[in-house]
Amino acid sequence: MVKKKAGMPIIEISCVEVWREISNYLDHEISAELRDRMEAHFKACAHCTAVLDGTRNVMELVGDGKVFPLPEGFSKRLYKKLQKLP
Amino acid sequence: MTPPQLRPNEAELIKSVCDGEREAFYELMRPYERMIYATAIAVLKNPADAEEVAQEAVMKALSNLGRFRAESKFSTWLIQITYNEARMKVKKARQHLYESIDEQQQNEKGDFWPKDFADWRPIPSEVLEQNEIRQAVQDAINSLRPEYREVFILRDVQHLSIKETTTILGISKANVKTRLHRARLQLRDSLAPGLDGCWIKGQSHRKVRPW
Repeated sequence: MVKKKAGMPIIEISCVEVWREISNYLDHEISAELRDRMEAHFKACAHCTAVLDGTRNVMELVGDGKVFPLPEGFSKRLYKKLQKLP
Repeated sequence: MTPPQLRPNEAELIKSVCDGEREAFYELMRPYERMIYATAIAVLKNPADAEEVAQEAVMKALSNLGRFRAESKFSTWLIQITYNEARMKVKKARQHLYESIDEQQQNEKGDFWPKDFADWRPIPSEVLEQNEIRQAVQDAINSLRPEYREVFILRDVQHLSIKETTTILGISKANVKTRLHRARLQLRDSLAPGLDGCWIKGQSHRKVRPW
């Protein structure tokens, strides 16, 4: 099946190809042409949209650094060590 | 003028440290403590080892500060030092860190097949304040192969650019992209069953699937 957009055909893309590029899609590291094809696919495929949303959620979940909080007393121990330096 | 690689005041702080003012070094390092620790734990996994390496990296940054030339961001320079220290510790310990959860999900060409298609609703990062959820996320990250985990932490936790990540890890842009891709999809696979809402609100797992 070939879909039309602004006179240009969008060649269909398989789920496997979409999964292969999901990370690059989220990083804007793909061509405009591939982006159009993937977006057309996401509109029609709930599975791939779920994978996309889940992947984006992973990135958002870890993005503010809360996942690796400093151990309690870290700063204190660090500066104590620095103070001991000659 | 302050180079863009440095935060306001950093050039002055660096100069003060090089002139022998130790207090200025504390001020210089404070905003980067968490970043240094997260870099160390990306390689080492273990909080005690990560803290030890973070301390060593800070000592090394102090003794090498005079060599920092602002050709890279100060943060990237610190991450590079920390990463090198952490790698050295791994090498010394001769740890075999290549346990992996992903072997069955990848074929030789490296295509990734999702295990599950749970449709996550957005999960606020505030849930990480709940210890068991943070632990589950840490465990999932720790179960990645080391080369995936390192790229994932530099890119998605530390927000380094692809270029900065290639410099620190000494790998190609294509490798950064592939490893990051696998890390993200594997994390999604391992976290989706717990983080699709049922951990938070006691909902049934099935409800969040769109079919």
